[in-house]
Amino acid sequence: MTAQLTIEDFSLVFRTRHGTVRALEDVSLSVERGEIVGVVGESGSGKSVLAYAVMGLQDAAARVQGGRILFGGLDMLGAGEQALADVRGRELAMIFQSPRTALNPIRKVGAQIEDILREHANLPSRELRKHAIAALARVRIPDPERRYNAYPFELSGGMCQRVMIAMALACSPFLLIADEPTTGLDVTTQAVIMDLIRDMSRDQRMSTLLITHDLGLAGEYCDRIAVMHAGHMVEIAPVEELLSRPAHPYTRQLLAATPTPRSTVEGLVSIPGQLPDLRRDLPPCRFSARCERHVALCDEAPLPWTSLSATHLVRCRVPL
Amino acid sequence: MTQPLLDARALTKRYPVGGGKRGAMLHAVDAVDLTIAPGECVGLVGESGCGKSTLVRLLARLIDPTSGNIFLDGADTTAVSQARFVTMPDRARIQVVFQDPSESLNPSFRVFDSIADPLKRLLGVRDRDKLAAQVHRAAELVGLPRELIERYPHQLSGGQRARVGIARAIVVEPSLLILDEPTSALDVSVQAIILRLLADLQARLGMSYLFVSHDLNVVRLLCSRIVVMYLGRVVEVAPTEELFTAPRHPYTRALIASIPDPARRGEARPRLDGSPRSPIDPDPNTCRFYGRCPTGTDRCATAMPELLRFGEGHFAACHFA
Repeated sequence: MTAQLTIEDFSLVFRTRHGTVRALEDVSLSVERGEIVGVVGESGSGKSVLAYAVMGLQDAAARVQGGRILFGGLDMLGAGEQALADVRGRELAMIFQSPRTALNPIRKVGAQIEDILREHANLPSRELRKHAIAALARVRIPDPERRYNAYPFELSGGMCQRVMIAMALACSPFLLIADEPTTGLDVTTQAVIMDLIRDMSRDQRMSTLLITHDLGLAGEYCDRIAVMHAGHMVEIAPVEELLSRPAHPYTRQLLAATPTPRSTVEGLVSIPGQLPDLRRDLPPCRFSARCERHVALCDEAPLPWTSLSATHLVRCRVPL
Repeated sequence: MTQPLLDARALTKRYPVGGGKRGAMLHAVDAVDLTIAPGECVGLVGESGCGKSTLVRLLARLIDPTSGNIFLDGADTTAVSQARFVTMPDRARIQVVFQDPSESLNPSFRVFDSIADPLKRLLGVRDRDKLAAQVHRAAELVGLPRELIERYPHQLSGGQRARVGIARAIVVEPSLLILDEPTSALDVSVQAIILRLLADLQARLGMSYLFVSHDLNVVRLLCSRIVVMYLGRVVEVAPTEELFTAPRHPYTRALIASIPDPARRGEARPRLDGSPRSPIDPDPNTCRFYGRCPTGTDRCATAMPELLRFGEGHFAACHFA
């Protein structure tokens, strides 16, 4: 196996004034070269925390409780700040949720792309401009020579997101982490941006971790989908299989709650209950209080993974 | 045909822009005609900046139009200014449920006061027992548990806040409820509850809905007719199923093709690149979609297409529809 990214039994807590929040527990996931893997879940499921942890960006209150994150051969949790700084931006890149706040508002977008190239690409300075313009052209920004001199506020949301992608892709990273890359964009722009990410993955064998709350979006663009609930990964499967034969009750309900072109309002299912409070003592299965299939066995720790096939894993005692 | 509940004719809103530059106008809403029948649910879609929100504010009489009229049950509401309209009984007949319930509720009002406020202001209800009875009835209609009535917004979940937003809009028994992206801030599991609630309320109370959303899969669930806007103008109106199966306008086609759909994975679909034209002083003789449209001919640059009829309730504004 030549996994670009391997996450093994990763656990992370936040120490807060109001108690310890067990944000991620025993999360395992791998992303192969050229693969697009979606991490899907509702707000509070821990998917963004996971994305930041892979980047080696952690809040001061975060404490890693166990597990490993391997990027290529590099142990992301054990690596020093200098080693992390070397791979970030070059081999490992991230697209953040809101491009307007992630871009520097008082620097021209061309100069911001040059910053990354200067730091990581080992290019002579007279070539920087040419490469920055090429990076803008690659994400199909019309008239890249002119846009090179634009400030973020002069560009639309979709354009800013493309600039972010251009920055992320400037050094041809091995792994792209896209955290809700199209939130706040129109569906027409979303489609163009997602096509772009997919094409880059295919053409350059770039691996992509797509964090999204939108199962429809993940279903169209990902090769595999991992479903998260309350800091646990509950199911991982190839897209077609996950959508047609979900094994975890939560996945099935999430699918039934998501409107598709074939849904009816009567057919929409809501998921009873709420996410559990992650500061409390939690049962082995964090979905058990909301689950209609709950049996006594569910309360026995540890909760094992069940393999339904070589690629379809579910963390449930009574899978569908 | 029965008289429409709401009938907007050639509704236009322009804003002066550019400070020193004299006369430059931003055309936010341009000559929009829209009717809503009693009990009908109409969807309004379009990308950000297309004038959806301005149209909502015009129809709700929160702002005055530059020109055009809005008839409510045949009576011209635009005969009086927005400032005077606030004091008229018709004010209570059009209510709006705003986008983000966390931001549109007064944080220092308890749920009870939030729901009671429109009753006091619009209907002048002063009697405390009557007020309480109506607040409780509205809360019950939206499925808000009684024990939450005395809480503040920050003590509620997103779904509960959305229910409060709906309760305070329906408490004055409006004829038309305008829903401005009512579920965009909610998780899908909560969205499902709210959508079912809205369908149920409409069936029970017989209100008309104008449902504004960027999510076509959501609009499709509730609405029988959909209006598509592009850059201040209505480009297509059609019964819901027909709009999805036989869209006439190239913009509508691109919009529908852009909805993520796992069932159509890997299919090459038309994509809409580039950004819309400037809404500032647009050429009145050029189609607003020209330049971004895959068809785009000389005729589109010299003659603005009119909204023409293509079937029962189906209209599109394109020379090549």
